[in-house]
Amino acid sequence: MRIICPVKRVPDTAASKKVDPDDFTLDRDSVEAILNANDEWSIEEAMRIKERDGAEVIVLCMGPEQAQTTVRKALSYGLDGAIQVTDPAIHGSDAVATARVLAGALREESFDLIIMGNQSSDARTTLVPAMLAEFLDLPALTYARKLEIDGRKLTAHRETASGHVVVEAEMPAIVSVVEAINEPRYPSFKGIMAAKSKPLSTRDLGAVGVDASEVGLANSWTQIIEATPRPPKQAGEKVDDDGSGTVGAKAIADFLAAQKFI
Amino acid sequence: MTVTRLEPEQRELLDLAREFAVRELAPRAAADEAAATFPADLFRRLAASDLMGLPFDSEYGGSGQPYAVYLRVVEELARGFLAVGLGLSVHTLATWAVATFASDEVRKTWLPRMTSGELLGAYSLSEPGSGSDAAGLTTRAVRDGDDYVVNGTKAWVTHGGEAGFYVLMCRTGEEGSRGISALLVPADTPGLSFAPPERKMGLRSSPTRQLIFDDARVPTHHLLAEEGHGFRIAMAALDGGRLGIAACAVGLAQAALDQSLSYAAEREQFGRPIADFQGIGFLLADMATGVEAARALYLEAADRRDLGQPYARMAAMAKLFASDHAMRVATDAVQVHGGYGYVTDYPVERYLREAKVLQIVEGTNQVQRVVISRDLLRR
Repeated sequence: MRIICPVKRVPDTAASKKVDPDDFTLDRDSVEAILNANDEWSIEEAMRIKERDGAEVIVLCMGPEQAQTTVRKALSYGLDGAIQVTDPAIHGSDAVATARVLAGALREESFDLIIMGNQSSDARTTLVPAMLAEFLDLPALTYARKLEIDGRKLTAHRETASGHVVVEAEMPAIVSVVEAINEPRYPSFKGIMAAKSKPLSTRDLGAVGVDASEVGLANSWTQIIEATPRPPKQAGEKVDDDGSGTVGAKAIADFLAAQKFI
Repeated sequence: MTVTRLEPEQRELLDLAREFAVRELAPRAAADEAAATFPADLFRRLAASDLMGLPFDSEYGGSGQPYAVYLRVVEELARGFLAVGLGLSVHTLATWAVATFASDEVRKTWLPRMTSGELLGAYSLSEPGSGSDAAGLTTRAVRDGDDYVVNGTKAWVTHGGEAGFYVLMCRTGEEGSRGISALLVPADTPGLSFAPPERKMGLRSSPTRQLIFDDARVPTHHLLAEEGHGFRIAMAALDGGRLGIAACAVGLAQAALDQSLSYAAEREQFGRPIADFQGIGFLLADMATGVEAARALYLEAADRRDLGQPYARMAAMAKLFASDHAMRVATDAVQVHGGYGYVTDYPVERYLREAKVLQIVEGTNQVQRVVISRDLLRR
């Protein structure tokens, strides 16, 4: 079996970010970049399949040259090789353009399964797995919180607001995973050392059969027209209680109900 | 922390240690300390990430890393949870004695299980009546065929009852330091039992027990080096162990400083953050300066060790300075927090209790001064 895990290099989730005032893209130099947290779950799931059934697991990353550190991080979990798509024309690509590039790279590869995080922590669109499935004409089992494999048949528990739906597909297919699917491991130091010698293939747009006119900021279907900094944190609402507990409890319950939390 | 002189994979190793400390260790520390629960699962996870054998030869399952890198890992872990950082230091000290002085046969059999973290290490020198005067130990090992028969009581053993093996210093010959030998004692040795854990003021999740040897039989081929070499082995192991304690002290002090900085920036009195008052700012400046100095000192000592130069004096200096400064930083951290620092809602009162033990273990700070002054005056 051959599994490909598309991953993304994202700005550190905890850091405060700056946006380029001219084109509203993220100033990636101003923050430390990390491997998208959701991709840790997809890598873990792929590694579990590898350890259970045997599989070759390849990481695929679209990003600037510096994304090589992200690729190495992914490899340090014990993956077998990497494909990195790097091209200046890609800068500013939206979800559709990203899916186009990833699909181009995947068309050149043989695979049984694509496993990816359900979203990136910076863009949070959750669109790319389904778009990728559309471009590649593959079934997509998205939001999987459980994945079972029986021969060529995949069974996934698709997370919903109230529970889960059981969905099935035949391989080859695309699976996107959510946090509940597993507890990702940490890399090992031997994995970090081994990552240095794993094969890494770098490709430009031409090599993945995508024309520069289809990607990048200017050719993206979505456009950012305006960006405003997040307003400073407001002081919370203080609930006073008369000592009985009932007044305060009711006020909090009313607040939560008004916000549709309960 | 300085990031010069590191290879990319060593930087990734430190990132891994930091991430593990922040995500897995720090959130566990308060509860495990309060309940005095030994976090065995965390050591298993360190082992799964190959962090239990960093400075040992790859031939025996280690990662061949210099002490300067291994110690930074210890520091990061101690910053999250002292008992884990210190546990790794003790494990490394005991494993080092086996790696350096055991026979080839014993090394082949035992060392991979130690460097992989399958077996947790412990080191046993002190006795109820022999602490700083270590050469006065009385636990005796007598040869009987292919075994030593060991009798006596050892004290203050970190990981007592939890370890997979013990490096035991015991008397096989005459009085004094020349009659002492070192033995590798597996945890399941018949005749070895453990007293209940000591009830300590801090570092409570790291078990400290007495070992009771009652006609315990240890194979003679478990002797490290030769009979009579035990005291030298014990002292050489402590040189390395002191670097581990220094790194732990820096990690603890850094944690206390981090917590103090965030509290001082957040806590308002007289209409502004208390960090704006010079009385607090100067405390923070002194805390931070000492942390950097202590770190530089242990890394300098580690570099000397890694280069094969004499480093015992500098290791003693690093342990002395780093643990004394950690005590000061922890005390000042409580002061920065005022009343909130004295209650268990914040971690700084725990840091204060934990810092104290670092002035005592692997040689009291008075013994460090003896080591340093003797070494100074010998030249």
